[in-house]
Amino acid sequence: MTAPSLRLSGTARIDGAPIFGPVDLEAPAGRWTCLLGPSGVGKSTILRLLAGLGEEVTFEGEMTAASGAPGENLVALMAQSDLLMPWLDVTANTMLGARLRGEAQPRDRAREVLERVGLAAHAAKRPHALSGGQRQRVALARTLLEDRRVVLLDEPFSALDARSRALMQDLAAELLAGRTVLHVTHDTAEAARLGERVLLMTRDGIALVTPPEAPPPRRYDAPETLAFQGRLLRQLMEAR
Amino acid sequence: MIRVPHAAGVALLGILAWQAIVTLAGLPRFILPGPLAVFSTLWTSRNLIAEHALITAIEVLVGLGLGAALGFATAILLAASPLARSLLRPMLVFSQAVPVFALAPILTLWLGYGLWSKVAMALLIIYFPVTSAFFDALMRTPPGWLELARIMNATPARILMRIRVPAAMPGFASGLRLAAVYAPIGAIIGEWVGASQGLGYLMLLANGRAKIDLMFAALIVLAVLTLLLHAAVDAICRRLWEG
Repeated sequence: MTAPSLRLSGTARIDGAPIFGPVDLEAPAGRWTCLLGPSGVGKSTILRLLAGLGEEVTFEGEMTAASGAPGENLVALMAQSDLLMPWLDVTANTMLGARLRGEAQPRDRAREVLERVGLAAHAAKRPHALSGGQRQRVALARTLLEDRRVVLLDEPFSALDARSRALMQDLAAELLAGRTVLHVTHDTAEAARLGERVLLMTRDGIALVTPPEAPPPRRYDAPETLAFQGRLLRQLMEAR
Repeated sequence: MIRVPHAAGVALLGILAWQAIVTLAGLPRFILPGPLAVFSTLWTSRNLIAEHALITAIEVLVGLGLGAALGFATAILLAASPLARSLLRPMLVFSQAVPVFALAPILTLWLGYGLWSKVAMALLIIYFPVTSAFFDALMRTPPGWLELARIMNATPARILMRIRVPAAMPGFASGLRLAAVYAPIGAIIGEWVGASQGLGYLMLLANGRAKIDLMFAALIVLAVLTLLLHAAVDAICRRLWEG
């Protein structure tokens, strides 16, 4: 599986109002890139554009979109909301992509993936019977089953409690390794733990901040992780 | 859902107040019979009332089933096709400007004195609420689900059948709950305009012969049937789509 890289440079507006830009973003192939920035700076808009959504956005510039041939999509998206269908059980939610494309249901692979996210015992439950952390793990299982080379994460862990969030970060880092990941977050601690490459997005554009040597997921209490987190926060505070 | 002990308490109070009014005002039987007179008529005429109640129940159930199915199909057609929306929606709204009551004589003329003119009335009266409630719900699918489906390369038809329709079932259920209350109204109006059977017919007949106690007995049975239908529809909807 060779994962493509993502690149986007240009400006975006919605109904004439500027959303971001000019910015220059690159997410190298097979690496985990964190896009960190305050709310309202246009991070999610970048993600939507790369996902082939965002008809409401007027984008001027260049983008190596993650979509291949027309109708073929190379990306999977995991959002802040788990987007589980309440009328489907965990297994059926995991296989949603196949259901929606009219393909044969990959039951064996679904079982395997649910095993890997630690939900094998909950496979027949409905989403309302799960905790927030478990629901987000189902969303991760669904993302894994799609098996796309590019994975876009839009603050997927931000609604979780601290412990669930740390566990989810470890799990996602392990299971999504080798894919091109672009992870939008406003959490400096998260970027410090997960980013192989960390991009800081402010009104002035996108700046590259070099993370510690240690491979992600970095220990949340390691001095270099905490120091890097402090550095990211300082740069955020100093930006306009 | 109405809690049974509370509902029973309120009903008992109502009956007591009813008896009090009749006794204190000294109303004659042919104006307002007391609850005792009505319940004794209900008992002595139980076979007659049951026979007519069965007819009305069949009209209501057939009308409810057909109206719900037609409303379901119309809402899906409207949701699936912008062309259907632009053509049919103004007509649907316009149709609501015509009082269904005014159509009853015409329906009786076209469909006769039997079952089908009443079924048509019940159907017409519930068609719009069911269509409208389900269609509104179909157009309000959470955008996140639709975007997820698009990223998964789903076709519009599959998005409709696998996401929008199941997501809109609670809306369809609220349309059905309304329909369960409206459908008996339609059937009764149909029976008033022209029928030889049914609770509406029995009420008119009793009224004409100054058997007001029989009229009230039929009215009570009609109300109880409507409540039962509503409770049954509510229970089915909860079980299917809100469990």
